[in-house]
Amino acid sequence: MFNDFSRRSLLKAGAAGLAAGMMPRIARAQSSKVIRAVMHAPLRATDPLINTAWTGRNHGLNIYDTLFSTDTKFQIRPQMVEAYEASADKLTYTFKLRSGLKFHDGAPVTSADVIPSLQRWAKRDTMGSRMMSFVAELKPIDERTFQLVLKSPYGQVLQTLAKPSSIMPFIMPARLAAQAPDQPVTEFVGSGPFRFIASEFRPGNRAVYERNADYVSRDEPSDGLAGGKIVKIDRYEWISMPDFQTAANALINKEIDFLEAAPHDILPSLAAAKDVVVADYNPLGFMSVCRMNWQSEPFNRPEIRQAVMYASDQTDWLDAQVGNPEYYQTSAAMFGVTTPLASEVGWNTKPDIARAKDLLKKGGYKGEKVVMLQATDSPLLSGSSTVTAQKLRAIGMNVEVQTMDWGSLLARRVKQDSTANGGWSMTHWVTTTTELMNPLANTLLDTRGKAGGFFGWPEDTEVEGLRNTFALEPSADAQKTVAEAIQKRAYDVMTHIPGGQFRQPVSHSKALKDIVKAPAPLFWNVEKTA
Amino acid sequence: MAVAGVLLKRSVSVVPVLAVVALIAFLLLRFSSGDPVAQLAGDNADPAAIAAIRARLGLDQPLPVQFLHWLWRLLQGDLGTSIVSNQPVSTQIVQRVGPTLAVSLTTIIFSVLVGVPIGVLAAWRRGGWLDRFAMWTSVTGFAVPTFAIGYFWIYLLSMQLGLFPVQGYASLSEGIGRFLWHLTLPTLTLSLVYVALIARVTRTSLLEVLNEDFVRTARAKGLPERIVVFKHALRNAAVPIVSIIGIGVALLIGGVVVTESVFNLPGLGRLTVDSVLARDYPVIQGIIMVFGGAYVAINLLVDISYSFFDPRISAQ
Repeated sequence: MFNDFSRRSLLKAGAAGLAAGMMPRIARAQSSKVIRAVMHAPLRATDPLINTAWTGRNHGLNIYDTLFSTDTKFQIRPQMVEAYEASADKLTYTFKLRSGLKFHDGAPVTSADVIPSLQRWAKRDTMGSRMMSFVAELKPIDERTFQLVLKSPYGQVLQTLAKPSSIMPFIMPARLAAQAPDQPVTEFVGSGPFRFIASEFRPGNRAVYERNADYVSRDEPSDGLAGGKIVKIDRYEWISMPDFQTAANALINKEIDFLEAAPHDILPSLAAAKDVVVADYNPLGFMSVCRMNWQSEPFNRPEIRQAVMYASDQTDWLDAQVGNPEYYQTSAAMFGVTTPLASEVGWNTKPDIARAKDLLKKGGYKGEKVVMLQATDSPLLSGSSTVTAQKLRAIGMNVEVQTMDWGSLLARRVKQDSTANGGWSMTHWVTTTTELMNPLANTLLDTRGKAGGFFGWPEDTEVEGLRNTFALEPSADAQKTVAEAIQKRAYDVMTHIPGGQFRQPVSHSKALKDIVKAPAPLFWNVEKTA
Repeated sequence: MAVAGVLLKRSVSVVPVLAVVALIAFLLLRFSSGDPVAQLAGDNADPAAIAAIRARLGLDQPLPVQFLHWLWRLLQGDLGTSIVSNQPVSTQIVQRVGPTLAVSLTTIIFSVLVGVPIGVLAAWRRGGWLDRFAMWTSVTGFAVPTFAIGYFWIYLLSMQLGLFPVQGYASLSEGIGRFLWHLTLPTLTLSLVYVALIARVTRTSLLEVLNEDFVRTARAKGLPERIVVFKHALRNAAVPIVSIIGIGVALLIGGVVVTESVFNLPGLGRLTVDSVLARDYPVIQGIIMVFGGAYVAINLLVDISYSFFDPRISAQ
């Protein structure tokens, strides 16, 4: 009898008396119709058009709908649209909305809502504004039909309307879409599968969504962002937890159901937990990037930029960032490893130190200081910077690593000054593959230089010309050829160095079934068993 | 009347203190690195988009203009609007003050209820095993970081024994049982250092008083030791103890930030950290003003309480 007693059981028995009086067991707090999810970051800004943060996109996917969506095979499929056709000269696209679509306030979704929504979105999104530069007119035909009339043929109309990542063309009621594009909307009415419960919103802490009973789903299976969006839960709570160890413990303890982005080093302990599944629902994953500043010495010389590439080793970067080779893949692809435009042209991802040193000589490197901005918020951001600094010092470069938090890095990244005046030479960051898979959406290939270009401000008329050609090209085969030319030229001039692709598995309770594979976490179609 | 006079005098002196707090809060943020606009615009925003947002928020205005604008609204009781969430700062603070207040109160109550008796016992049995144990515990309380204590309790009482939740907060409206159940581990975590602090100060202060003539007189009169210690000595030792409790309440704000993160309590500590990381200037400024006001109020209460324990102070 006494053999059955252990110190732990005695402790447990004693303390249980105290706790039992206070509260029922933890697991009882969990309802089978409520999903509690800890995402990679909390929701703070609620207008998905105001910034490019993934949190805004994820929030938007819950409460808004889009005209078209992209499935897991990269096919563009109608979503709010029932039917569409392009005229023979490819200048007029006519779209008809599905019947029965309603906003959360009960009003029907009409052409009069769609047109201002697209106009507001296009002022915020680079792909949208590019498309609009070809648009002569966007006009309603009737309640459910509207036309997009082009000035000249444009090969990316449907791809733009089905854009799978930030900033997505969400459809809002006309009264909200009338808001100035740089002013956030303050009412959150969409026609998506979930309603946003504004009264329970605590910025940075909790966002709550409830099933939209009036949502008219497509009668087809969910596939990526496309297909049916049948909500099988009553409520989804997006909870913030700043400490991932706490979140992991909470998942093991059944206090939450879903953990979007546990650090890779925590995954083995989660995978070993009894009621937890570690699985990958975003096969496209993420890509890391090394960006040099073209406007700053010494990276204003192409040979020096090339030298950095030949000193680099993607495997070392990914080992520092992710650690487990099961989750990463080296690749030269600038548009993602498994996307339709994937290509290995340009680099073998391995170092060639002799060539790097030779290029330094050819570029006339004289020991100019390289200021590297390193965000230390997570290994995904900081790991590769440390590796690069060591590699560059090994070939004789003078590197100063300046560590800071991500917020400070974003502020420094804007500065176009010299390094002596607060500017920068190079930095690393991480982005989603979906944001890079189209040459027009891929901001790293924006080569308009200081005037309107993206941080690092590369300037090359040839890349820009090829991107324009891509935009006009209607056939997929021709687009792939042009994309490969863009990649080759981008490596020649060294717009940036791709850091390889990695996956970020999700950890969730075994009670969750049928999670949709997509480039963003989705909560339609998901079932929670008791 | 004397208390009312002190209250009035001290209340007036609060105004310049808060004015300095306001100025420092404003300048400190403006001269620190980081840019709320670059963060708000997102990772892929281009410089033109960033400039447009900066202009919308008025952050392209000269600093004195920004400061005066903020001060004018502050004087009208308006703490401004969050740059990030577009919600009024006062709304966010009200939404988040509950958990911070709850964990602070339970921590202080628990710390006083445990720390003072430990200090008294240690002084009373000076040099004995109880004294040595109490002082060893208090050294441990100071030495072990709060987050490590938090993880220890989580591992033991949540993960191994399943008695308490790993994280989260339940408001009083959800029932007193659930409220206390969620606060138990954060309170145990945060209390350790304050129990240590209060116990040490109580011990030292009481030892000093126990050597005073009036204590010897009380003992010579044949009063029971319990009366000597608790009625005569402890009351005379109370001023430093009350001071340290006041300082402890002020120091709690630092500890609360860590504890709220470890236990995922949606309080002001986490709002502070989130706002600093997002460079949400109006929210940070609002929180600093609220914390500044709380510090001043606590100091005022502590000062007033001195006269209760030592009437000679109120006469000054």
